Amino acid sequence: MIRVLSPGLLTTVQDLGRPGFQRFGVSVGGALDAVALQLGNILVGNPPEAAGLEVTLQGPVLEAETDLLIAITGADLGARLAGKPVPLWKSLWWRKGEQLTVRGKPFGARAYLSVAGGVDVPSLLGSRSTYLTAGMGGWRGRPLRRGDRLPIGSSRGQVATEGRLLPPSCRPVYRQGAPIRVILGPHQDAFTTEALEAFFNTPYTVTPQMNRMGVKLDGVPLTHVKGADILSGAVTCGSIQVPADGQPILLLAERQTTGGYAQIATVSTVDLPQIAQALPGDRLRFQAVTLDEAQRCLRRQRQFLRLLRVHVGL
Amino acid sequence: MMHVRLLGDQGLLFELDGEGARQHHEQLVFLCEMLERQRPPGIVEWIPGFAGVAVVYDPVRTSAKAVERWMRRQAVKWRPDKEKVARRVVEIPVAYGGEWGPDLADVARLNHLSEDEVIRLHTAPTYWVQMIGFVPGFAYLGGMSARIATPRLATPRPRIEAGAVGIAGRQTGIYPLATPGGWRIIGRTPLPLFQPNSAAPSLLNMGDYLRFRPCGLEEFCALQAASQTGNPPVKVTWEHGGGMSGEGEH
Repeated sequence: MIRVLSPGLLTTVQDLGRPGFQRFGVSVGGALDAVALQLGNILVGNPPEAAGLEVTLQGPVLEAETDLLIAITGADLGARLAGKPVPLWKSLWWRKGEQLTVRGKPFGARAYLSVAGGVDVPSLLGSRSTYLTAGMGGWRGRPLRRGDRLPIGSSRGQVATEGRLLPPSCRPVYRQGAPIRVILGPHQDAFTTEALEAFFNTPYTVTPQMNRMGVKLDGVPLTHVKGADILSGAVTCGSIQVPADGQPILLLAERQTTGGYAQIATVSTVDLPQIAQALPGDRLRFQAVTLDEAQRCLRRQRQFLRLLRVHVGL
Repeated sequence: MMHVRLLGDQGLLFELDGEGARQHHEQLVFLCEMLERQRPPGIVEWIPGFAGVAVVYDPVRTSAKAVERWMRRQAVKWRPDKEKVARRVVEIPVAYGGEWGPDLADVARLNHLSEDEVIRLHTAPTYWVQMIGFVPGFAYLGGMSARIATPRLATPRPRIEAGAVGIAGRQTGIYPLATPGGWRIIGRTPLPLFQPNSAAPSLLNMGDYLRFRPCGLEEFCALQAASQTGNPPVKVTWEHGGGMSGEGEH
């Protein structure tokens, strides 16, 4: 069990989400930085779909009720274990009675706490993710609160290994100003030539209006040819929709399944963690890539994660 | 004609001409049924919208080209007489007015009707489910009479109960979960629209038809009690699609 002494800003149980139910209006959800969560699971010897904790900006204070093998991945939010700084991207023991605090200057928006055995909440529609909008899934359908005690699964057959370290060259790098790769459309024809030029040639600033559903951006207003509204239809993770005010909204894992605004472009899957880790004030630049290029990067990333699992004997 | 657009690196958006026409809707329902029954490996899921359907695929297991080819092959299989296949018609009992429908009086007043006339106009048509979206189990319904169309509330309510039946502009719908909302609430159904622990979590699906039926307090409470056992008494019939236009002028 993990006992919650203080929940922090927003700490939720997340896994890789619940695909397959969008036609019933159910958001996919899951970890916003799914790569960080998967790396954490590898470090503690979990299967890819094990649930961990997603910690947002200002962290919780947690206490272990038994010895737990953990890894912290994602953004450096200043985690400390029994008062000492915790190295990221490394498996280590969190001993019974020790307090884990996450309170420092955030170098990104989200950190992931993976625990050997996974956070053992009931699976709902194939996932342990917390679905905040619908108040279901995860830990009682809500963010953690003081006094919660989270059950941890047993790490079946997996040898818990302390000191497993992800080499620096394999770690994701966040917020270094690299352009965000996007695929044009689906509604590029709804925008003026000037809008497309501005979108690809001027930066867009991340505003404080950000949550698990999406991020509002601010920059040169993007003008529509015939208005912002389209017939409601599917959106996806990374969809960049533009309402009438011309300021883009970038949709994340817990988006609604459908939307009614024209979408100028869609962020490539491999760059979604960059969005998940962006902080208010960060400036994003967008770069168009072809479908082939985006899929090539995605296949490479999946292969990397697969090889890593094989390498550590999972 | 079918148009294809890119929805990122794992999705394709297929749009059909003629949105708003019954045939367009029937063709989309047909495509979704083909996806449900015969999709090739690599198609993860699909999301119907008003104009078309989005297909989510795994680019490791299939390709955009293969998905597009498969969808085009299905689209040419559709024939207008497919409209005559039997469709699910779900009956939704609604307690209108009073504490369940606080806006029924305003909907009547703004449309120069009596409350009974609003109920009659709301229960007359056979509606069709155009798509599910917004929140789990929320059905966008086609077929409402323009005579009871009413603008949204100027200030949305912070909480609308699950099962609330509302009107917003020319749309009518049922809130599956308690959420904030600006629709004019005219009644409430005791049936659960979304049951996350069920294999078929949404009571309504794209392609279904629906009829509202007025119910009284006693029946409402009985149905609500029965629904809480996890086995809601939903009345479903199968009817043929043709000639089910009801009163909705769509």
